[in-house]
Amino acid sequence: MEKVWANKKAIVFFLFPSFVILTLIIIVPILMSSYYSLLDWSGFGKGTFIGLKNYTDLFKDKAFLMSVKNSIVFAIASVFIQLPFSLLLALVISKGVKFERFFVTVFFIPVIISTVVIGQLWMKIYHPEYGILNLFLRAVGLDNLTREWLGSKETALGASVVPVLWQYIGYHMLLMYAGIKSISSDIFEAAKIDGASWAKTSRYITIPLLRPILRISVTFAVVGSLKVFDLVYVLTRGGPARASEVTSTLMVETIFKSNKYGYGSAMAIFVIIECFLLYWIIGKLFKTDEVV
Amino acid sequence: MGKSKKNLDSVKRAIPSGIVYILLFIWAAVQIFPLYWLFTFSLKSNSEIFGGNPLGLPKQWLWENYEKALVTGKVASYFINSVIVTGLTILITVVVSLMASYALTRMRFKLQKPMNAFYMLGLTVPIHSALLPVFIMLRSMKLVNSYIALILPYTAFAIPMAVMIFSGFLSSIPRELEESACLDGCSIYGVFFRIIAPLMKPAVATVAIFTFLQAWNELMFAVVFISDSRYKTLTVGIQSLAGQYTIDWGVIGAGLVVATIPTLLVYIFMSKKVQDSLVVGALKG
Repeated sequence: MEKVWANKKAIVFFLFPSFVILTLIIIVPILMSSYYSLLDWSGFGKGTFIGLKNYTDLFKDKAFLMSVKNSIVFAIASVFIQLPFSLLLALVISKGVKFERFFVTVFFIPVIISTVVIGQLWMKIYHPEYGILNLFLRAVGLDNLTREWLGSKETALGASVVPVLWQYIGYHMLLMYAGIKSISSDIFEAAKIDGASWAKTSRYITIPLLRPILRISVTFAVVGSLKVFDLVYVLTRGGPARASEVTSTLMVETIFKSNKYGYGSAMAIFVIIECFLLYWIIGKLFKTDEVV
Repeated sequence: MGKSKKNLDSVKRAIPSGIVYILLFIWAAVQIFPLYWLFTFSLKSNSEIFGGNPLGLPKQWLWENYEKALVTGKVASYFINSVIVTGLTILITVVVSLMASYALTRMRFKLQKPMNAFYMLGLTVPIHSALLPVFIMLRSMKLVNSYIALILPYTAFAIPMAVMIFSGFLSSIPRELEESACLDGCSIYGVFFRIIAPLMKPAVATVAIFTFLQAWNELMFAVVFISDSRYKTLTVGIQSLAGQYTIDWGVIGAGLVVATIPTLLVYIFMSKKVQDSLVVGALKG
């Protein structure tokens, strides 16, 4: 039997196709991107090697810094608005309400729908004349609050953040809900017998035990925010005047509109490093806390 | 004493729980309402949407909107493209990932650990890094504007998660089955294709759903790699439709509904499985 498990030909046969695809599409491109990021290159002909100039330029580039700031706004909104709300929903639903399955199923629906569809839909919700948001505001007599939500610099970013929060609240809720359901019911029974209220049980038992899941949720919320593309691309393309620009939309524009292949690649590498760094930092944050 | 305390408790509990249900139903409405609105305005004329009846059910059910979106707006052809791209992505992902996870979890070889790490690396790499290099590869092979231009990257970015799900499932299958089959003179390939592959059906469903949602909804690669409308998938196609019919909301709405229906159908019939497939990856990772 051991001999069969160690059959070299079979091992190569099983691994070969996926190994080639991963190497070609994920590994080699990282190396290529790193190399391009050192070039001044318009995409045709040969690029000129300019060392780290693209990277030093990035940090002097107002548009880029704005896009990083906006991505951070997405991340902060996700962690401090979306996640607490998801947690609250998960705690409430998992304590055994009626229609438990119904709520879980309905809250999750937006998660599976294409962000393009959601973007197009919210674009219509925000429409200055016919959108239901302004329609509603006019109907309740708050005419002075109506505005061009996506068209004005002050509100474009906020208006782009809201649909993302709305779409993924159900996702984090489901993660946390699954986490709570996997906690042994004995613990909750014991707490009940001791007369602990739902709020106290949540505060002192459920949430601490949910820590590994919360780590995952925070990681996904933060890293996902740094990678946001679809929704901003559909809603505003980063406008007006870069008010809602995020790094992904800026990168695509820099490469494919302005033909700055080298400079855009530096942005791609920046996003990779940023994501890895945050995986690491969030891991650390949750670890040191656990020791205490 | 005991009784009065109980009464007090139930009073205390009754008040908040009423409010809790109201809030939960309000939130359910918030999550559903935009979709309800989409379905209704996809069947309305502009005069209804913009005028007297923005929120109610359509007074006149304008199925022409769907005809316009599907034929003139080319949504039918985008839909077929999405089916082809997504279908092949799922098929290739399932086959190659199943093979890889078998080698990674069952077979024994020197580089097993680093090889595992190599596959898992793909879970954390953002697609940003692949965008330009893959575009350049495709351009040099004259493959921009083709199905393969999307199938390849979609498959690559689905493999790591698929391998993780398959490996987890495989390690719960006892080795005895394969061992006894081997004694009967079955080859390793026979063991894999005849015994293991059929046993993996539940995991295959999970991976298929996960990959379906990813490929069906993907935008960044699709926008960059496809400009020829013959190969546009729904996500890019919808963008063109919206550009083409800026003031005809009913037609855009019809296109959005068509793009959403397959996902909703999958969800309606397998809601638990869909939820699991999106959660299982996260929890294992």
